[in-house]
Amino acid sequence: MFKNSSFLIDITKCIGCRSCQVACKRWNQLEAEKTHNTGGHQNPPLLSAHTWTLIRFKEFEKKEKLHWCFTKVGCMHCEQPACASVCPVGAFTKTETGAVVYNDKVCIGCRYCMIACPFRIPTYEWKKAFPFVKKCTFCFDRQTEGTRPACASACPTGAIAFGTRTEMAKKAHELLKNNPEKYNPHLYGEKEVGGTAVMYLAPKGVEFKELGLPELAERPLPTWTWNALRFVPSQIVVVSAAMAFFYWLTKRKTKKKDVNKEVRHDA
Amino acid sequence: MTHNQDKVIGTGSIILIILMALAVPVAGWRYFNGLGSITNLSDAYPWGFWISFDLFCGVALAAGAFVVAAVVDIFGGKTMKPLLRPAILTGFLGYILVGTALMVDLGQYHRIWYLTWSWNLHSPLFEVGWCVMMYLTVLALEFAPVVLEKFKLEVPLKILKRVSIVLIIAGITLSTMHQSSLGTMLLIMQDKLHPLWHTQILPILFLNTAIAVGIAMVIFESTITMKVFGRPAETAAQGKLAKGLPWVLGIYFIIRIADIAFNGRIGLIFDGSRESLWFWIEMIIGVIIPFFYFLSSKVRSSTPAMFKGALMVMAGVMFNRFIVSWLGIRFPEGSSYVPHIMEIMISAGVVSGGIMAFYLLSRFFPVLSEEH
Ligand code: SF4
Ligand code: SF4
Ligand code: SF4
Repeated sequence: MFKNSSFLIDITKCIGCRSCQVACKRWNQLEAEKTHNTGGHQNPPLLSAHTWTLIRFKEFEKKEKLHWCFTKVGCMHCEQPACASVCPVGAFTKTETGAVVYNDKVCIGCRYCMIACPFRIPTYEWKKAFPFVKKCTFCFDRQTEGTRPACASACPTGAIAFGTRTEMAKKAHELLKNNPEKYNPHLYGEKEVGGTAVMYLAPKGVEFKELGLPELAERPLPTWTWNALRFVPSQIVVVSAAMAFFYWLTKRKTKKKDVNKEVRHDA
Repeated sequence: MTHNQDKVIGTGSIILIILMALAVPVAGWRYFNGLGSITNLSDAYPWGFWISFDLFCGVALAAGAFVVAAVVDIFGGKTMKPLLRPAILTGFLGYILVGTALMVDLGQYHRIWYLTWSWNLHSPLFEVGWCVMMYLTVLALEFAPVVLEKFKLEVPLKILKRVSIVLIIAGITLSTMHQSSLGTMLLIMQDKLHPLWHTQILPILFLNTAIAVGIAMVIFESTITMKVFGRPAETAAQGKLAKGLPWVLGIYFIIRIADIAFNGRIGLIFDGSRESLWFWIEMIIGVIIPFFYFLSSKVRSSTPAMFKGALMVMAGVMFNRFIVSWLGIRFPEGSSYVPHIMEIMISAGVVSGGIMAFYLLSRFFPVLSEEH
C-alpha cells in the first residue's frame, strides 16, 4: 500500500495524447460520453460523472512564441479537503494513501461538496433517480494493493510522476532549480488551500491561471467554517443562560408589580 | 365574514390548489428521471433557485417564531401576545416547507435521517440539519396546545404548560444556532463568494438579518391574516414589535460597514461594479429606508404603513440571501444557469401548500386568539 501519495504533473512534458484519460475510463469502467465538437482538441469539454480526468488544451501566443499546453485536470486530493469538511454526513475521507475518497453508502445528495470544492471537481449523476457524486478516486483501490494509479501508469512521457508528497515536492524543487529557463518558478499545489496531493509545474512564461488552475490563497478553506463552528458550544451555553436569566428577571418584575397592585388595593 | 371576503378566499384557494396540484407531477417526474430532468442545475451550478429561495430565504423568513417567543415569553412583552401563535404557526409551517423542498432537492432524500448517525462535526450543514430537526420538534410542541385546546385535552396541556419555558429557551437557542450557521455554510466559499459578502462574521450578520426579517414577516403575516379573516388589525401589537426594527437594522448597518472597513474593502462599495450596486440596493431598500421609516411613531401606529415597511425589509433580506447563495458566487467561466420553469413550479407548489395549511389551521383552531 502506498502512503501520502502525490502526483507531480509536469505540463512541459505532456504531449496531449490523452492516454491517462482513456486509462482512467477503462480502469474505472466509466461510460463513454456523447460529445460535440467545441472547436478545439479538448474532448469532452468538461469533467462529468463519466469523465474523472481530462486533458485541457490551451493555446496562446506570448512574446511571439506559441505555447500549446496540455493540463491534466481532476481531483487535487487536497491535504485539508473542503469537500470532506463540509459534507454533513462525512462521506469524504482523506485516507492514509493521500486519496480523498467518497463513500456512496452515506451521501444524502446535498451537493455541498460540489459547491465547496475550490477546483470544482465533484460531479453529479444528474440523470439518475438516485444520483451519486463522482470524482477521481486517486485509484484508491489500486493504491491499497500497491499498484500505481491507472493514469500515471499509462502516461508515455512521464508527465505524471507518482510518489510520496515529500518526494514529489523535492523533485519539483530540484527541477525548478536546475532548469529555471524552462519552468514557471511556482510549484502549484504546494501551498494552495493548505497544499494538495496533486501538484503542477508549468512552462516558463505561462501562468497557472491561464491553464485554468485557479489562483487560491494559502489558507485552507475549512479553517473559515471551523473558525465559526468552534463557537457553537459556547453559543449554546451563553444564549440559553441569558434567556433563562431574562426570564427570571421578567418573572420577578411582574411579581413585584402584582404585589404593588395588591398593596394599592388594600389601601 | 362578509360575502365579498368569502369570494376572495374562494379564488385564492383555487389558485393555491392549482399551484399545489401542478407541483405534484413535476416532483413525480424528478423521482423517476433525476434532477436533470426538471432543473437546469449542472456540475457548474450544483445549487440553484431551491437552495436560495426555499432554504436560505425560507429559514430566514421563518425566524419570526423565535423572535416573538423571546419578546413575549422571555422579555415579558405581553402586549404582543396576540402575535405569538400565528408567528409560531408560520415558523412551524415554514420549516416544514423547507423540509418538503429538500425532499425534492436532495439527491438521496430518503437518507436525510442519516444525519442522526453519520456525524461530521466539522460541517456547518450537519449543525443546520440537526438544529432544524430539533427545532421542528420544539415548534410542534409549542403549537400543540392550540390543537389540544380545541379538543379540550387537559392532561397533555398541563404537561406542556409546565415544560413550556424549557421549550421556548431551547427553541431560541436552536434558532440562533442554525440561523447563524447558515451563514457559516457559505464561509467555505472564500475563493468564490464576492469579498463584499465573504467575511468571517457572516454568521453574525445572518443572525442579525434573520431577526430583522423575522419581525417583518410577523407584521406581514398578521396584517394579511387579520384581513382575510375580517378581524381588526393588531396594530398596537405590531407597532410595539416594530419598535425593535430600527435597533436591529441600525446594528446591522453599523457592523456591516465596520466590518467592510476593517477588512479594507470600502473601495469595493464605491467601485461602480455590479456587486457594489447590489450592495447599495440591499442597504437602501432593506436597511436604510426601513430604519428611518420605522423610527416614526406615525408609521408604527398604522398597519398599512408598517406592512409597506415590512415588505422592504423582506425584499432586502431575501435579496441578500440570493446574493450570498447564488448571485455573488463566482461560477466557472462559460457556465450559466437560469432556473427551469419546473424548479419554480416546485417552489410555488410548496409555498402554496404552506399558505393553505396556515389558512385551514387558523380557521379551525384557536390560532388567532387563545381559547374562546
Ligand atoms: S480538489 Fe475538491 S474534490 Fe478533490 S479533495 Fe480537494 S476539495 Fe475535495
Ligand atoms: S452531496 Fe453527498 S458527499 Fe457531497 S456533501 Fe452532500 S452528502 Fe456529502
Ligand atoms: S488516479 Fe485513477 S481515478 Fe484518478 S484520474 Fe487517475 S486513473 Fe482516474
